[in-house]
Amino acid sequence: MMDWEVVIGLEIHAQLATRSKIFSGAATAYGAPPNTQACLVDLAYPGVLPVLNAEAVRMAVKFGLAIGAQISERSIFARKNYFYPDLPKGYQISQYEQPVVGRGSITIALDDGEAKTIGITRAHLEEDAGKSLHEGLANASGIDLNRAGTPLLEIVSEPDMRSAKEAVAYMKKLHMLVRYLEICDGNMQEGSFRCDANVSVRPRGERKFGTRAEIKNLNSFRFVEKAIQHEVARQIDLIESGGHVVQETRLYDSDKDETRSMRSKEEANDYRYFPDPDLLPLAIDREFIEAVRTTLPELPDQKAARFASAFQLSAYDAQVLSASREMGAYFEAVVEHVGAAQAKLAANWVMGELSSALNRDGLEIDATRVGSRSLGGLLQRIIDGTISGKIAKEVFEAMWSEGREADAIIEAKGLRQITDDGAIARAIDTVIAANPQQLADYRAGKDKLFGFFVGQVMKATGGKANPAQLNALLKAKLGGG
Amino acid sequence: MSLTRQEVEKIAHLARLRITEQEMPVYVHSLSAIVEFVDQLAKADVAGVAPMAHPLAGQTQRLRADEVTETDRHEKYQANAPAVQAGLYLVPRVIE
Repeated sequence: MMDWEVVIGLEIHAQLATRSKIFSGAATAYGAPPNTQACLVDLAYPGVLPVLNAEAVRMAVKFGLAIGAQISERSIFARKNYFYPDLPKGYQISQYEQPVVGRGSITIALDDGEAKTIGITRAHLEEDAGKSLHEGLANASGIDLNRAGTPLLEIVSEPDMRSAKEAVAYMKKLHMLVRYLEICDGNMQEGSFRCDANVSVRPRGERKFGTRAEIKNLNSFRFVEKAIQHEVARQIDLIESGGHVVQETRLYDSDKDETRSMRSKEEANDYRYFPDPDLLPLAIDREFIEAVRTTLPELPDQKAARFASAFQLSAYDAQVLSASREMGAYFEAVVEHVGAAQAKLAANWVMGELSSALNRDGLEIDATRVGSRSLGGLLQRIIDGTISGKIAKEVFEAMWSEGREADAIIEAKGLRQITDDGAIARAIDTVIAANPQQLADYRAGKDKLFGFFVGQVMKATGGKANPAQLNALLKAKLGGG
Repeated sequence: MSLTRQEVEKIAHLARLRITEQEMPVYVHSLSAIVEFVDQLAKADVAGVAPMAHPLAGQTQRLRADEVTETDRHEKYQANAPAVQAGLYLVPRVIE
C-alpha cells in the first residue's frame, strides 16, 4: 500500500460586521423578513451604481495588518460572471488582480505542541449572494436577497496543511483572529464564517501536487474535519483502484457524511473576470493604514505569550485563557482580585469549574452567572484558609445557581473550615473509638487505612476540617501519641 | 484571430443565449470580425504604459460612511416581479 500525503488549502469567507452593505445603504442585520433589506442596488435595478463602504475597507486592512501582510495601496474590483437566481446582476463584484490584502501568514499549534506557519496567499473584498429556499414551495424556489451585497472578506490560504486536523486548527485560529479584531461575529450557524476546502493527495516524497477537488458548504469545524477525511479516503481509493481524480467542485452532505459532485458549478467555472467599470480603483494611503494600525488590539498570540510569562502559566493554559478577548479579560480581572502570585489558582478555576459550568448551560463567557469579582472573592476564601478547595466547588455551584456571593453562602451554609485543633481532635477521638478493629490493623502495619480514617473524620465534620491540620493530628493520634 | 463554432457555442452557453442552427454561421462570422477588429490593439506598443483598470485615469474610488440609509420598500419593488410568495421572489425550481 502506497504512503499518501494529504495537501489542503482553505478559502474562508468571513462576513464583515458592518451595519450596511458593501455597495449600498441597506442593512445587514441577520434574520430580517425576506427581502426587507434588499434595496435597488442589491436588486440590480438598471441605472444604479455601487458606492464602496469605507468600514469594509478598514476591516480588510485591519485583518491584513494582523497577519503581517502587504496592504495594496491600489486595488481593483472585478466582475465574476455567472448566472444563478440569487445573484440578480449576473455577476458578483469581487477582486481578482490586485486584492486589497496580499501575502501574509498565521501560526497554528500542532498536537505535539510544535508551531507551524500557514501562508495566506491573499484576502479580498467581495459581496455575498442572496439565498435560495426550496422548502414548502411547489415546483419553485424562493429568493431572499437580504444577504445579497453583504461584505465578505475571502481569505485564501496556501496549500500548506497536511491533515484534516491541521486544516481545522488553521480555521479555528482564523476564527479566533477575526473575532479578536471585531471584524466578523464568527457565527457559523448563521453563515458568517464559512469554508471551502481544496483537497488533493500525492505519494509521499512527490513534489508535484495531485489533482484537487474543491469541497463547498463546510459550516462547522466538525464538518470540515469529516469532509476532508472522507474526501481523502475517496481520492486514495479512486487512485489505488486505477482511476484518477478529476478537478471538480464537490458538495459535502453532512447527513450522509459524503461528498458528491456539483456539475452545475463545473459548467460555470469560466467566470470571465474583468475590471468593474462602475468602480474606480481603490486607493489606500499610508496614513489610512497607520491609523488602522493604531486600532489593532493585543492579538491572540501576543496575549498568550504575555499570560505565560507574566503569570508563569503553561503554554497550554495561556492559550486556552486567551482563546477569546472576553475569556482573557475575565481571567485578568480574577487575577487582579487575587494577585499575580495566585494566577495559577485563578487559571485552574477559570478553565475548570467556570468553563464546565458555562459548557453545561451552553453560555458564552459574557453571559456567565458568576462574575470575575465574585469568583475572585471565592478564591480569596481558599487562599485565606476559610474553606478548602473541595468545599469551594460546592460554594461555586451554589453561587452559580443562587447568584449570591461566596461569603454569604459560606455563612448561610456553615461551610467555614474547622481550624480549631481541639475540635478536630475531638472528631478524631470519636472516629478512633468507633473503629477499634481498623485501629488495631493500622497499628499492625496496614498503612493504607490512614485514608479510611481521614475519610471518616471528614465525614464527621461535614468535610470542613482543615486537611493539613487533620492529617497532622490524625498521624499523631493513630501512632498512639 | 477567428472564432471556431465550438467557441461560439461555449460563449452562447455561458451567456445563456439560445442560438439556432441557422443563426450559428452568422454569429461565427460576425463575432470573429469583431474580435479581429479589437485584435489590432495587440499591435500597439505599450512598453512603459501602466495598465489602466478604468478610463478615468488618476481618479480613485469614493467611499461612503457605513450607515443604513435604505428603508424596507420590498412591496413596492416586488410589484414588478412575475411571482412572489411570503416576501420571496419565486423562480423556476433550482436545486443542487
